[in-house]
Amino acid sequence: MAGGQERILRRRIKSVESTKKITRAMELIAATRVVKAQERAASARPYSDEITAVIIDLLRAGAAKEHPLLRDNPDARSAAFVVITSDRGMCGAYNSNVIRAAERAMAVAKANGLGFSLIVVGKKAQKQFKFQGLELDAVFEGMTDQPIYDNARDVAATVRRRYETGELAYVDIAYTRYLSAGTQQAVVQRFLPLEVPEVDPNAGPSADLEYEPSPTGILNEILPRYLESRLFSALLDASASEHASRQRAMKAATDNAEDLKTLLSRTMNRARQDAITTEIMEIVGGAEALSSDKGDKDELLPSHLNSEHLFPDHLDRTDHTQSIH
Amino acid sequence: MPLAVELVSPERTLFSGEATMVRARTVGGGDIAFLTGHTPFVGALAISTLEITLVSGGSEVVAVHGGFIEVSHDRVKVLSDLAELSSTIDVERARRAEEKAQAAVARGDEVEAQGALARATARLAASGQLS
Repeated sequence: MAGGQERILRRRIKSVESTKKITRAMELIAATRVVKAQERAASARPYSDEITAVIIDLLRAGAAKEHPLLRDNPDARSAAFVVITSDRGMCGAYNSNVIRAAERAMAVAKANGLGFSLIVVGKKAQKQFKFQGLELDAVFEGMTDQPIYDNARDVAATVRRRYETGELAYVDIAYTRYLSAGTQQAVVQRFLPLEVPEVDPNAGPSADLEYEPSPTGILNEILPRYLESRLFSALLDASASEHASRQRAMKAATDNAEDLKTLLSRTMNRARQDAITTEIMEIVGGAEALSSDKGDKDELLPSHLNSEHLFPDHLDRTDHTQSIH
Repeated sequence: MPLAVELVSPERTLFSGEATMVRARTVGGGDIAFLTGHTPFVGALAISTLEITLVSGGSEVVAVHGGFIEVSHDRVKVLSDLAELSSTIDVERARRAEEKAQAAVARGDEVEAQGALARATARLAASGQLS
């Protein structure tokens, strides 16, 4: 029946409305998180800039590039990939873009006859790679929403341990670079061996620097920090990108819900009007049917009725003689 | 001309200001102080305190748990992945941590406990509560 359809539509509109409320809320939350992540990235920049500047000074001073993190491992049989994805979905193609970029890099490693080991940040990549039956070397969770430096330290320590054993030819990092609110790009970058800025050896020390302990000693101390700092900025970039993607996805969802609501309301109104029209038609039809059943309309005239039942008082007053009393 | 001092941790800039003197302790174990016109210097910091004597007269004491200091052209940059200004140190907590670490060291725990003890001591020293 028509009324039933109307009820179903009304229920659907209600459910679309509540979905819209949720997506709108998520959109707003994501928007504030993007700003926060950007602020954090900005306040992390002085440290990474300074640390790079110090490394350049040290290399100018002739620090030996002998640290295991700078060394190539020509005999290594495998490569490692650090893949940074989110823990939660609802962020459009964010995760699949990173995973696809990582898979391309993995295919290159395979083509070069290298095995690979996976270091995975975020539940999404973890699920995807497990589904493909790949073995995960290390798994990190719960750090991409709002990364802190300790997270970077943990991941960097894992990567470093593996690299220093000499079993890895190189380590790549796949994450999403935050270019602007509208543009994020999944990239794969060489992470290890560390590519320190090339310094002209003939330039000599920039100034008469004093070192305590030796330049090489400091360099060996500072390189692990540099690694952490680079990983931290990758995490922050990924986090900003994740929230920006989520904001966009949720905005699209909210808009869709709005469109769907309009469409459903229109259909519902039509159904309601149809129902009313049908009802009127039924009433009219019913009346018509009644009138045609009774046949001639003269049959409804009072001549057929007993006049004594209609006007008993009048009959009394006009004709007393006829009374049987 | 005063020294322009900047203390940065990986997450943010903790302190930025002008100072007449900065005192730090390097991994070698000795203290080193910087005044204006100091030779360019790069050093690795020990787990200890860093004292910044401000132009305004006061001083800022910081507990640094390792890190680096770079001095050049009257600019002092301190990079530390863990540093705490004395005003943000929880003295009670540091004291408890110190006791715990001392007990652990007494039990013969190795590197880790000694590191914890050094950190706790640095915190207490920075907040001026070292007994």
